[in-house]
Amino acid sequence: MSDIVLEVKDLSKAFEMPRSLFDALRGQPTRKLVGVDQVSFKIERHETLGLVGESGCGKTTLGRCILRLQQPTGGSILFEGQDITRASERDLQPVRRRMQVVFQDPYSSLNPRMTVRQMIVEALRFHKICSRAEEDAYLERLLKTVGLNIDAADKFPRAFSGGQRQRIGLARALAVQPAFLVADEPVSALDVSIQAQVLNLLTDLRDEFGLTMLFIAHELSIVRHVSTRVAVMYLGQIVETGTTDEVFENAQHPYTEGLLRALPRPEPKRRDRKIALEGDIPSPMNVPKGCRFHTRCPIAQEICRTKTPPLRQLSPTHHVLCHLRPTPDWNPAILA
Amino acid sequence: MQSSTHPSPLLSIQNFTTEFRSSGGKIVANKNVSLSIDHRRILGIVGESGSGKSVLCRSILRLIPSPPAYVTEGEITFNGRNLLALSESEMQAIRGVEIGMIFQDPMTSLNPVWRIGDQITETLRVHKGMGRREAREVGIDLLRQVGIPSPDTRFDEYPHRLSGGMRQRVVIAMAMACKPKLLLADEPTTALDVTIQDQILALMLQLQEEVGMSIILVSHDMGVVAETSDTIAVMYAGQVVETAPTEAIFNRPKHPYTLGLLQSIPRIEFKVDRLVPMKGQPPNLLKLPKGCPFAERCAFASPDCIETPVALREVEPGHFSACLYPERLA
Amino acid sequence: MSVKSVALPIRIRRFNPGAWRNVVAGWPLNLKIGLTMLMTIALAGIFAPVLTPYDPIIGDFQNALDPPSWEHPFGTDNVGRDVFSRVLYGARIDLQIGFIATYVPFIYGVALGAIAGYVGGWFDTLLMRLVDITIAFPFLVIIIVILAILGPGIQNMYIAVFAAGWTIYTRLARAEMLVIRQQEYILAAQALGYNRMRIIFRHAVPNLIGSSIVFSMSDFVLNILLASALSYFGIGVQPPAPEWGAIVTDGRDWLLQAWWISTLPGFAIIFTGVAASLIGDGLSKIISQRNTPVL
Repeated sequence: MSDIVLEVKDLSKAFEMPRSLFDALRGQPTRKLVGVDQVSFKIERHETLGLVGESGCGKTTLGRCILRLQQPTGGSILFEGQDITRASERDLQPVRRRMQVVFQDPYSSLNPRMTVRQMIVEALRFHKICSRAEEDAYLERLLKTVGLNIDAADKFPRAFSGGQRQRIGLARALAVQPAFLVADEPVSALDVSIQAQVLNLLTDLRDEFGLTMLFIAHELSIVRHVSTRVAVMYLGQIVETGTTDEVFENAQHPYTEGLLRALPRPEPKRRDRKIALEGDIPSPMNVPKGCRFHTRCPIAQEICRTKTPPLRQLSPTHHVLCHLRPTPDWNPAILA
Repeated sequence: MQSSTHPSPLLSIQNFTTEFRSSGGKIVANKNVSLSIDHRRILGIVGESGSGKSVLCRSILRLIPSPPAYVTEGEITFNGRNLLALSESEMQAIRGVEIGMIFQDPMTSLNPVWRIGDQITETLRVHKGMGRREAREVGIDLLRQVGIPSPDTRFDEYPHRLSGGMRQRVVIAMAMACKPKLLLADEPTTALDVTIQDQILALMLQLQEEVGMSIILVSHDMGVVAETSDTIAVMYAGQVVETAPTEAIFNRPKHPYTLGLLQSIPRIEFKVDRLVPMKGQPPNLLKLPKGCPFAERCAFASPDCIETPVALREVEPGHFSACLYPERLA
Repeated sequence: MSVKSVALPIRIRRFNPGAWRNVVAGWPLNLKIGLTMLMTIALAGIFAPVLTPYDPIIGDFQNALDPPSWEHPFGTDNVGRDVFSRVLYGARIDLQIGFIATYVPFIYGVALGAIAGYVGGWFDTLLMRLVDITIAFPFLVIIIVILAILGPGIQNMYIAVFAAGWTIYTRLARAEMLVIRQQEYILAAQALGYNRMRIIFRHAVPNLIGSSIVFSMSDFVLNILLASALSYFGIGVQPPAPEWGAIVTDGRDWLLQAWWISTLPGFAIIFTGVAASLIGDGLSKIISQRNTPVL
């Protein structure tokens, strides 16, 4: 039987834009910004779901809703079978120990006034992970796990480089022995030569601790490397999801295709291709009707402008939100 | 560097050294940098944060304030003139006219309280002495060329009405207004999404062909320079450690840092079990060794690498490396 | 929020003279000078009975209006009190006023502002309206009205200064909190399940308190001057207590015959003011350095 760690059903998060008193008196409705719109997916134990998309697609908001750092406006979140959508902060406490997060910005994600030891020991004591006598040994082991020396324990974050800070952030998350980790662009702010170190560490630790992971990123190549399954987001919706191979080898949604083609590859070949996707990402305050992607879609038809696309299934794991894909002559047998 | 069709390169940098002095110590941001770029070519400069690539790029236009920066050595020759010896007013006649520049962040490189049109036409009116009406026509035409829809209405709008990609187009239009011979692009697509980056790179290449200018493209992304540049210079800790035609850099890297970069990038075309990371941390610019700055992270280094000062040498025709033992990479 | 959650883990670090010396060595020069000056005044107040043989209250009419001499370095006043003694004893009163009138509003103001900025909602709205209303009245007017109602005296003066003075700290702390609340380390603390009071006071307040501390140093000087002004109006510290402002005021009538009565205590006020602003400058320098990474 499959062991589902996280199940998200029709999760939505809309942000209300502040309206002026004048508009309120005129009875104008508040304008809403779409963050996440009716997103559903499941993550099984030991899986890594890669969530990709461009800025404003709602991937970070989705991650924060799952962690209950933001309150969703609709839908539900089931974590290890427990509905946490509206759980109180007190009821969440045991859950929070089970799900942790690593952030993008190595500079703002560590408290500048706390030493590494203070950060980690606080978490250990708060969640009663080990006795006080064991703290030092635990800390040393933990720092070693993320590739840091025990000398690091009594330093403040400013003494470390970006890559080392991400290691500290990872240590803080792993200190409470979570089962599920949200990694929100954990290497995007790092230099190329450091990215690979941190990514290897992340995948090693995932395997070592049997972590289930939601890996949020905008770099497709990193997502391909880390994930077992991939979900592509565009303007608050998941437009395509499948196993990593399905999405990268057999991309169906025109947006996924565009993303894949737009990425410059480190091959010494002067670009001779056409622009992958024309146009701008529409504002999340003003989402297009019909298929949200139709304004940029190279194959859009009339139906795309008017009707919301259906979620089509290509395989038990591969789903596409598109009117036109897969094409009518697509034969599921070719996968078998 | 490799071309002999033109008698002299458009821009040549010789032994350029810049120091930043502060109470905390001295940082050599550029050390003995020698590079050149021919007419109608694209030079890609790759490096990580702190490699000195942005300082170099800005030094060409003398945009680095002194203090704290001091040029201690070197020449930057553009079209036969040493830019470092020019007066400030002579330099102003070059900035924006003969050499244009675009910056990384389109959100801060446009003035939020000026209309887009006014920002574009300012250079035309100042440098070319155009009248308001003529400048407006040229400006709208420029906006059209950089792919801004309905340019005549956009002309009168303020930057906050535009998306990041559109702003970067405006920035490019500004830099292109006087048809410069050289365009300096400092991470022009880093702040943009992949699909928008794709559009902007295509636009830059198209304009380069049309206008026949040269571009120095500074980036941290090997993919970006691979697809655009004729020649690539790799910088590390303030030095150019390798420079060669693009094809040679990617197929036969002669410096371990370049090799390390290429190996550590996750690829979209295929999945590997494990990335091959570079070891160690980025260099501490306050405590660089006397010898090769990359030696402590290098898999091929021997003890003498830390002691022996390094300089670019031609290891193959047109292929320069600052490695003492490039043959070890083979 | 449970009551026990408010208890903050305060750890007393073992005192290590070597480490302490290193910390001091890293301080900016103006901080060191300012602290030395302030310490000098504090020690002068504490050891006043040792430093001077004269009583600050009871005068010797025989020696009224004597100019400065070895016997009386600051001269004597119209009732023959040694001005130097009064200044030394006055340090006790003025420093006490400076600290209490500044740091009681500081503690409450920062705490309220930090909570309001973090929790938002009706608490924030209500508190900020209260701040707006308080600020709408001129500072001195509030204080004089309160003193008029409660009557003069040092305790009532503290109450009055508190009523008017907490608002600035609330505003500063709240504004900083609005920024810090968005920082990822606060999100990380939330994700670890820490309760609100722990996040506010242990994680956020150390990061937002800097600007308030720097401001408090100028507030310190202003409060000493305010106390002097209130003494002048007769609603602050009551005579014959040797408050510096009161001494200056006393000497005003004799300025032409005995300049020293007003002038020399005035230097004590200036000296304290300079000390406090040097400390403020030094602290703001340390705070800005702390926030820049070393690498």
